[in-house]
Amino acid sequence: MHPERDDPGLTRRAVLTSGVAGIGAAGLPAFAAPPQAAASPDAKTGVAVKLRINGRDESLALDPRVTLLDALRDHLNLAGTKKGCDHGQCGACTVHIDGRRSLSCLTLAVAAQGAEITTIEGLEREGALHPMQQAFIDNDAFQCGYCTPGQIMSAVACVAEGHASNEAEIREYMSGNLCRCAAYPNIVAAIVQAAPKMRRG
Amino acid sequence: MRPFSYDRATDAQAAVRAASVRAESHVAAPVQYLGGGTTLLDLMKLDVMRPSALIDITGLDPKRFGSVEKSAAGLRIGALARMADVADNKLVARDYPMLAQALWLAASQQIRNMARLGGNVLQRTRCNYFRDTSYAQCNKRDPGSGCAALDGHNRLHAILGTSDQCIATYPGDWAQALIALDASVELLGAAGPRAIRFAELHRAPGKTPHIETALAPGELITGFVIPGGPWRRSLYRKIRDRESYEFALASAAVALDLDGDNVRDVRIALGGVATRPWRSAAAEAALKGKPLDEASARAAAEIAFAGAQTRAHNAYKLPLGKATLVRALLEAKAMEI
Repeated sequence: MHPERDDPGLTRRAVLTSGVAGIGAAGLPAFAAPPQAAASPDAKTGVAVKLRINGRDESLALDPRVTLLDALRDHLNLAGTKKGCDHGQCGACTVHIDGRRSLSCLTLAVAAQGAEITTIEGLEREGALHPMQQAFIDNDAFQCGYCTPGQIMSAVACVAEGHASNEAEIREYMSGNLCRCAAYPNIVAAIVQAAPKMRRG
Repeated sequence: MRPFSYDRATDAQAAVRAASVRAESHVAAPVQYLGGGTTLLDLMKLDVMRPSALIDITGLDPKRFGSVEKSAAGLRIGALARMADVADNKLVARDYPMLAQALWLAASQQIRNMARLGGNVLQRTRCNYFRDTSYAQCNKRDPGSGCAALDGHNRLHAILGTSDQCIATYPGDWAQALIALDASVELLGAAGPRAIRFAELHRAPGKTPHIETALAPGELITGFVIPGGPWRRSLYRKIRDRESYEFALASAAVALDLDGDNVRDVRIALGGVATRPWRSAAAEAALKGKPLDEASARAAAEIAFAGAQTRAHNAYKLPLGKATLVRALLEAKAMEI
């Protein structure tokens, strides 16, 4: 589940970035400035932000407007968390903040300081998939996969909260995660499979 | 999003001092409190709200501002309590089922984890003409500009408490339970603390739909007090376009105190159909002292919606709202407590 980090020498993101820069070098307009330029600290508006993500401390200088979602994706190269609607309506950006599933698109990075943040990249343990990740694979619980990281983060919390005792409860408590491919029956099946494994620890 | 400064409050009084600036209303004030951010950041991204300074209040003392406690006056719920926590609170679910139901039937678990109750009651309308700044007409967003909803797509709009300036629906659920139970709101302002009835917090749109509440700029909601009562027989029924994670088309918060079949006391509030949290004292009066059955419930529903004014696309809310109330009354009667 770690396409961004499988090969630090050539990640999907790095390929995308260098591809864009290559177009710029070929003489097209200079809108293709490297993304790092936007991340550079601005003496006027940048504020020091310390985040603890997947057990690691990260120090950034950010405009206060930067959401936790954009901090993860654009500043920390943790692009597993997805941007869907960016307005709190789809759940694609779901992460855990101090163990609670939360929407990173409606959380300011500067306001998430001091909290323990877990993203999809932080679920595995020593190279082994989390039982929920494995259950999504076993049950074919996705089609296009875009909502999947948010679904999995939400599902892990759904079980941990004790809101996964039957299919009806799972459907109710997973309603904040939309899947436009409508993989819902398989998502419910994956949670049903993973829940007892999670409870056993 | 427009630029803003961010500060984290550790002292409520200092936060209130910093936020108490001159403005026409608390929503127009350049300094806004940041709680869960689920309404504010959404509206800032849409450029509907444009504060230049945010004061994050989530670090204030959780004991004083975030707890649920039983007291002589009833139940006190701190304004920083999270929707999810109060929805799962056993005391709340036992003594005031409608308070818990109105929370877990709202939003998604992610949003319930983030949103605090002080902000929950202040959530702003979902009227698309308000939320989409490409529409020039919205008296709530731009006073005096007109109302595009009056003759526009008004399927989701209110039929009670409307004016010729605004028909935007108050979207919240929990507020209906609070107004039904005659809760009070604790406030902290520059001049000190005060308390008002929850029923006095929200204003009808009238000629000034941009002024939504009785809050002064910088005035902070610190808690809610729900009077004790025989309200274990209470519930919240919500009808919507999809089964979960959606705003109400019509809803009813109902609390009953029965003596056999006879209504000793009753509380009725209606969501999804009005411009503000909406309690129907007339419908309550019609039921008091009488047996509750389908006929009396229907008669009360007629009274509750007597003043309704429908538009081109929302006339369905009249029969739907009545049916929702009748069902809520009969289901509350059938509750085993």
